[in-house]
Amino acid sequence: MALYLLRRLMQSGFVLVAMSLLVFLGVYAVGDPIEILISPDADQIEKERAIRALGLDLPLWQQYLVFVGKALQGDLGRSFVFNEPAIQLILQRMPATLELAFGSMFLSILIGLPLGLYAGLRPNRALSKGIMAGSILGFSLPTFWVGLMLIMVFAVQLGWLPSTGRGDTALLFGIPWSFLTLDGLSHILLPAINLSLFKISLVIRLTRAGVRETMLMDYVKFARAKGLSPFRVTFVHVFKNIMIPVVTVVGLELGGTIAFSVVTESVFAWPGMGKLIIDSINVLDRPVIVAYLMMIVLMFIIINLAVDILYTVLDPRVRLEAKA
Amino acid sequence: MSATAAVPQVETPFRRFVSEFCASPLAVGGLVVFAIIALVAILAPWIAPQDPYDLAVLDIMDGRLEPGSVGGSGITHWLGTDDQGRDMLSGIMYGLRISLLVGVGSALIACLVGASLGLLAAYAGGRTDTMIMRLVDLQLSFPTILAALMILAFLGKGIFNVVIALVIVEWAYYARTVRGSALVERRREYIEAAMCLALPTRRILFNHLLPNCLPPLIVVGTMQIARAIALEATLSFLGLGVPITEPSLGLLIANGYEYMLSGKYWISFYPGIALLITIVAINLMGDQMRDVLNPRLKK
Amino acid sequence: MRLVLAAFGLALSLAGAQAQTLTMAVGAPVTSLDPHFHQLSPNNAAAGMIFGKLVEDDANGVLRPGLALSWSAVAPDTWEFRLRPGVRFHNGNAFTADDVAFTFARIPQVPNSPSSFAGFVRPIIRIEVVDPLTIRFITNGPYPLLPMDLSNLYILDRETHANATTEQFNSGAMAIGTGPFRLVRHANGDRIELERNDGYHGEAPAFARVVYRMITNDSARMAALLAGDVDVIDQVPTADLARLRSDARVSLSEIMGLRIIFLGLDHGRTDASPFITDNEGRPIARNPLKDVRVRRALSMAIDRNAITSRVMEGSATPAGQYLPPGTFAYVPDLAAQPHDPEGARRLLAEAGFPQGFRITLHGPNDRYPNDSRIIQAIGQMWTRVGIRTTVEAQTWSTFIGRAARAEFSSFLVGWGNNPDGSHPLRNLIACPSPERGWGNSNRGRYCNEALDQGLMAAMRELDNGARAAQLIALQRLALEDLAIIPLHNQTNIWASRRGFTVTPRVDELSMAQSVRPAAGR
Repeated sequence: MALYLLRRLMQSGFVLVAMSLLVFLGVYAVGDPIEILISPDADQIEKERAIRALGLDLPLWQQYLVFVGKALQGDLGRSFVFNEPAIQLILQRMPATLELAFGSMFLSILIGLPLGLYAGLRPNRALSKGIMAGSILGFSLPTFWVGLMLIMVFAVQLGWLPSTGRGDTALLFGIPWSFLTLDGLSHILLPAINLSLFKISLVIRLTRAGVRETMLMDYVKFARAKGLSPFRVTFVHVFKNIMIPVVTVVGLELGGTIAFSVVTESVFAWPGMGKLIIDSINVLDRPVIVAYLMMIVLMFIIINLAVDILYTVLDPRVRLEAKA
Repeated sequence: MSATAAVPQVETPFRRFVSEFCASPLAVGGLVVFAIIALVAILAPWIAPQDPYDLAVLDIMDGRLEPGSVGGSGITHWLGTDDQGRDMLSGIMYGLRISLLVGVGSALIACLVGASLGLLAAYAGGRTDTMIMRLVDLQLSFPTILAALMILAFLGKGIFNVVIALVIVEWAYYARTVRGSALVERRREYIEAAMCLALPTRRILFNHLLPNCLPPLIVVGTMQIARAIALEATLSFLGLGVPITEPSLGLLIANGYEYMLSGKYWISFYPGIALLITIVAINLMGDQMRDVLNPRLKK
Repeated sequence: MRLVLAAFGLALSLAGAQAQTLTMAVGAPVTSLDPHFHQLSPNNAAAGMIFGKLVEDDANGVLRPGLALSWSAVAPDTWEFRLRPGVRFHNGNAFTADDVAFTFARIPQVPNSPSSFAGFVRPIIRIEVVDPLTIRFITNGPYPLLPMDLSNLYILDRETHANATTEQFNSGAMAIGTGPFRLVRHANGDRIELERNDGYHGEAPAFARVVYRMITNDSARMAALLAGDVDVIDQVPTADLARLRSDARVSLSEIMGLRIIFLGLDHGRTDASPFITDNEGRPIARNPLKDVRVRRALSMAIDRNAITSRVMEGSATPAGQYLPPGTFAYVPDLAAQPHDPEGARRLLAEAGFPQGFRITLHGPNDRYPNDSRIIQAIGQMWTRVGIRTTVEAQTWSTFIGRAARAEFSSFLVGWGNNPDGSHPLRNLIACPSPERGWGNSNRGRYCNEALDQGLMAAMRELDNGARAAQLIALQRLALEDLAIIPLHNQTNIWASRRGFTVTPRVDELSMAQSVRPAAGR
């Protein structure tokens, strides 16, 4: 097991290096940051000064080596635009994205689980069919479109909730969080719903599928035959079993949620990492793009590793040795 | 659907699949709707009132006409026009073509690539497996939307480029799915029996292993078509994706996005509905297939 | 009675407190509060609220006294500025000529700056501090544009900012100026909170507190205004103009801006141009765009009124020249090219292209209002006169690099002018020349040596009347030759909720001091 872990970690390190190289080349291929950043009436002297100032006068491979050298010391470079360490910029925005991502996951479980449970236990009721049809809708709606619809209905037409932005924050562990204030909660609700739509559907379907499968299992049949109350059968025997895949998948989705919040954050003007990365791509602020993607990749690697280990623990048929 | 034709061999499954699939009126409805949509998309150049890609027939003076109004060229725009004077009905018909082409095309290619690699990984094991799966990790560790954004920024706009980008970001899902089920299947008795019989590798792979991995693959594939269509729409919304003069459904929605608040709902609304119906129809079919093809739900 | 009065007073002060805070949302993010770090409109707007300049430009782009009360050229190569007495920085330090000298020394030395202000101080070869309130700039030969150049430079305090870093400005510690507002809080890319500087030397701002938010998404910004979350927004999406004009809750403030939207053409290649082919798709051996008749035909084929009224929904004015009326060296009586498809066909036939040709028109899709819509509309118009047009829109980050490498045959781009006739000529029309520092945005590689010689003379002419006449003649020359094809001048638009009014600025800057409570409130 330890050997396997070590191997995986080394491979992950390799993935990280490959990714940084790809991103470096990719940004280089897309365009020239100087042309975007520099004032259009700047002359040649000024242009050359800026190129040197941002370290873009070196050949690309040297720029990459400089980057790697500094990255090994924990410095992922300074933003071209903000002149601040890229990591610091990202970390500043991270709490906003994290609370949005966790808020949407919380909502998806809060809404998805009971609905899925019902649809699984009473598969033939009209309401269940409605829930399932609704979940397909949730899968199918384009996020950006729903976002605008939510703003139009709840903020503009009804005026119940604020349209965009992040509300007041309160400090916890020295970090400002907006879910701790009423104003903050009212701001986070719409974007969290927007981001959670897809996952609500996912949870409904996973739960329903799990319930339906589990209800057919011999141990559940046995429990029912034993005369246990339907309530007990559902919430002790069935529920425990379906929670494993639900939690796994929702956990796996966390990385995707953080990444996909790019769209929601730009529609709702949510000041998180997603908005930062879109803005950075627009001005080819390479240090921020590279740092952001490296962080996302690292997060995905860790989540995937955790899930793989979890799977092997849960399903003995898949052995780690078979992979390594 | 035709992919399931490969399943038989063991006499009844295909017929049973058809009859069980038809047991759900929703799924059959989805199939019918999808068939109609596909037909409209294929026949668009002959049945659309206008060629929305020909700049010579568009006139900005006909821009943003309400549904039902008659434009300068004498065409009645039943679903209105967009900002360029493009007939929305024609635009949607042509847009369906592109969305379906992109969705189905990228899903098929990604499936082909992904399934082959996944199968290979599961069967070969060892170094091959490690390499392929790290590649999968590399792919999956990169958020789809961001990867597609970067790839398209690099390749430039174009329908073909969108398909490439979608294949690059989606093949890993198939590889993972196929490898997962193949790993489980590989340890089953019938494969071990086939291996004991020293059947040729290719035969074991394609005649025994693949058919048994197909059910999850079909389900993933169907869902991925819907996902690809939605992803293309999102990319077009973010300003990448297809060229502006040949809009897909996603780009049509994006074009109308700015006009939503000002009451010109039809530019975004109708393509949105068309997109929604398409994706829902595909998902309805995929959903039922998942239930039918899941052996653990068999009573 | 007293109680009633007290209660009344309380109610009044509550209402007053409400009116005391202004929340505005802008479309472009401020990236730094260091006023010399990045020459970028949103940063200049933010700096304009916190810092002061020697020469201020008012809403119409006219130069006004700022930290300097008056200025004059005391010798052909010497400008003397007399400074305003009694001005203090937010931290109480006095403002003197020495601070100006310090500031100008700092400007070229800001580390890591992606686009500095160094170009504005480069003509100055020496600075003389005559006394604490008088300063002289000795320039490299006669330089008439110095006062205008100095209207871009924000003044810092030597004592406070001697070793200030960009990060210290961003964190707020060093964001100390002489401007109408002082900084309260800065959340990078999200919001800037300000409070009124009661010691400000100019007109006192109307609001005691300002929340300056950045909402880059157009629809989101619009929705925030309609939902009442913000009082004022800038960069109003054109799609919403019609509705807003009839909405009693909202009022619009508009002014014809300094930005010109134009088409650049490939002048650099005499042989085949990369995106031009004949009607069968084969390259054409000679570049048709080198023929002024073809260029004129392209211009005549464009229905500018249709673009400004339909695509821009009235938020632009067809342009016949580079600058809007009221600017220095505006060419009188020169209207926009009227739409003349017949004339365009005739000219094409004369130039040897009776059947037209094929061309690809490039443009950005995320830079200017409706940019990708405009190029599609032009594609329609060109196709109708026989020039089969393919339209290709790209994100700005990709587009601008390719445009700078002169990869396109024809392309749409915009230019934010200074209100001086030499500005577009020097940057867009003059031959690209690192020595002169001209033609920096001449992406079509137009080059006319006679024009450059004339421009050289105008740039050394201190007499405004003579200079204006020279620049008018030069602009006529470039416009006749269709070096670029002007399309329209954008209108700058702010929308405010009832109770607020905005003085619109020609330079697009959104600043809190431009907002006042509406009269009759």
